[in-house]
Amino acid sequence: MSVLSELQKASLSPTPDFHPESHPMDDFLRMDRMPHIWCSTCGIGVSVNCFAKALEKCQIPLDQVVVVSGIGCTGRVAGYVKVDSFHTTHGRAIPFATGMKLANPKLKVVVFSGDGDIIAIGGNHFINAARRNIDMTVICVNNFNYAMTGGQLASTTPEGSVLSTSPFGSYEFPFNLPFLAESVGAVYVARWTSLHVYNQTVSMVEALKKPGFSFVEVIAPCPTIFERQQKMGDGLDRLRWYCENSDIRNGASTKDVDIRLRDRIVVGKFVDVERPTYIDAMNAHYRERLGAKYKDYEG
Amino acid sequence: MPVRRREKPFGFPKPETPHGEVVILEERCKGCGFCIEYCPHQILVLSKKFNLKGYHPPEIDKPELCVNCGFCRMICPEFAIYTYELKTGEKP
Amino acid sequence: MKADPKGVLTGSHYIDGDHACCEGALAAGCRFVGGYPITPSTEVVERFARRAPLVEGAIFIQMEDELAASIAIQGAVWAGKKAMTVTSGPGFSLMMEHIGLAAMTESPCVFVDVQRGGPSTGLPTLPGQADMMQARWGSHGDYEIIAISPNSPQECFDLTIDAFNLSEQYRVPVMFMMDECVGHMMERVVIPPADKIEIVPRRFTKLPPGEYLPFKPGEDMIPEMFKAGDGYRLHVTGLTHDFRGYPVMSADVQEQLVRRLVDKIRLNEPKIRRYEENGVEDADVVVVTYGITSRVAVEAIEAARKKGIKVGMLRLVVVWPFPEPRIFELACRGKAFVMAEMNYGQIFYEVERSARGKAPVILAGHGGGTVHEIEAIVTKIEEAHRCLS
Repeated sequence: MSVLSELQKASLSPTPDFHPESHPMDDFLRMDRMPHIWCSTCGIGVSVNCFAKALEKCQIPLDQVVVVSGIGCTGRVAGYVKVDSFHTTHGRAIPFATGMKLANPKLKVVVFSGDGDIIAIGGNHFINAARRNIDMTVICVNNFNYAMTGGQLASTTPEGSVLSTSPFGSYEFPFNLPFLAESVGAVYVARWTSLHVYNQTVSMVEALKKPGFSFVEVIAPCPTIFERQQKMGDGLDRLRWYCENSDIRNGASTKDVDIRLRDRIVVGKFVDVERPTYIDAMNAHYRERLGAKYKDYEG
Repeated sequence: MPVRRREKPFGFPKPETPHGEVVILEERCKGCGFCIEYCPHQILVLSKKFNLKGYHPPEIDKPELCVNCGFCRMICPEFAIYTYELKTGEKP
Repeated sequence: MKADPKGVLTGSHYIDGDHACCEGALAAGCRFVGGYPITPSTEVVERFARRAPLVEGAIFIQMEDELAASIAIQGAVWAGKKAMTVTSGPGFSLMMEHIGLAAMTESPCVFVDVQRGGPSTGLPTLPGQADMMQARWGSHGDYEIIAISPNSPQECFDLTIDAFNLSEQYRVPVMFMMDECVGHMMERVVIPPADKIEIVPRRFTKLPPGEYLPFKPGEDMIPEMFKAGDGYRLHVTGLTHDFRGYPVMSADVQEQLVRRLVDKIRLNEPKIRRYEENGVEDADVVVVTYGITSRVAVEAIEAARKKGIKVGMLRLVVVWPFPEPRIFELACRGKAFVMAEMNYGQIFYEVERSARGKAPVILAGHGGGTVHEIEAIVTKIEEAHRCLS
């Protein structure tokens, strides 16, 4: 059993270069796992920062927040935030979150995952959860490729991009995520880039407060892979590019917000509608059909 | 003729620009340069020194110009920089 | 702990195995079912969909595919409910990744597989028993599960409760391996009153947040559990993790974790095993069987006994972990084995392996689609008997 206790000790000690000077957001992070694995100038850290701020602004008690993520660079977010967090299988964060939300509707369930995870392998789950209007917030950090595995073509990759599985340039037409989300019934759809930190935070606050399936897409730089392969510089160069080339058009029609490789990006809050959530619809329906025999489902 | 003087409203405090102090947690920095680029008053510059990981953290060039807007704290991916208001302790 | 009376439909019912399984789940405290329709298991979820609105705290959702169903139940488990999903062969294949996730994160849940003729789409409306090895080895990596096989609708009710109890006690996904015959067979099922049903509650920890380590095992190699929303703020991952639940990429932690996942079932096998023996002590030939085939084997044994062969039956109730010591003991005592199962040899290889060459093992199997012919098993019994002499 001494081997066990040694391993116990090893698993409890902080990482070697952990520094205890504190930042206002440190309570929200698992400081014993810092520094995080994301590259220098990666946009995922910025989104986590905005998410932390959004939670603070919403004043939702952190004990009730659950973060579920899938596999990938953005999927590692669950491991760094100090709330009940679940790092599930590739593409299946949304059904896991569905099960969790339905079993305990008092939880605030947030799915924080990447574009490949949510819309490619997880596409079926995304469209069905949106259709059902399960009350959850999905934050999709879109870096246009499968970064964790070395930079492969994703279903959001703009045409012409050179990636490891499209070495001569991609010829596939990518998803337009806001259009997809709106068409399957998401009640709140917004897209921002990593540069638009305040807008991102406000969108996250609105998405968290909104009952129903809300979707926030964040266009983030991937300096080590996507930007490098397309010869677009590093994350800072990309943020400068977003600054020059993004149009904020709140309320734009989602049909027109396609992303092309070196073209302007349309960002903004596109959809904000009302629809009954899954549990509300279920309760209302059963009350009507079953009458007094039915007690509202509360978890 | 006496010079007509504009009546100033009585009793209103003069609006003051807040002043913030910047705290840089150098060992966390990965040298991305976001804070340096996007500070509205451009008070940060890339320093010449290295942190333990080999990156150049930012340093404060014009500390008197910080207005506690908090943009550097929001845009930093590493949670390595923040500001606070000297008088009230507010952290935006 | 006694069952919650709200879920127990006390009384004597004339229902089929699928319906009995649903009632067993409700009696055991299952309050979340994520399902997907597939013949011949659809009746389980249909009944749950009908019962759930009127049982307090129960909810049913038909997910968009089996992959979603098998992970939605794990979300419900981590939110504090007992959960189950139901499928058949093709859906079971889809659920494999998440069975692995449940084994790795030690989520207690029940996967019901109402087996049908396979492989692939196979015979949707006819029985088979060819998923038994898949139940044990289907997902990638090293892990152990518990698999139970009922042979009547009454057992479908009783053993579903046992499945939930075992899954809570050992924090492991339990495979409930029915077959289409047992699932669609209607018989009398007696459901006792709620205070006569023992259930094992979830082993929630009593330690406060900060002191509790989610994957630190107790004395019996099994950690206590928590649920999301209680303020623990812990991380659960499918990556290899240490006691805190944080992913650690190292061989030491892999050894520490995966060996425990495997040992908690293997070393507790004497407590988990369950089989029924009938006339085995003085028999020359032992028929090893499970599920619907055991009911045909009873007839075959009668017929063989009339021919003068001393035959006994060993019916596996808990199929995995397999009762190797008992088979070895019987093999050492000079008995021959006939493995009667509705496939071309799956548990047959386990019996052969457990006998370690000390006894002849004959397979009485066929591809499924119908139950065994009595004569087919009797022929194999005679062949086994000839091997002995």
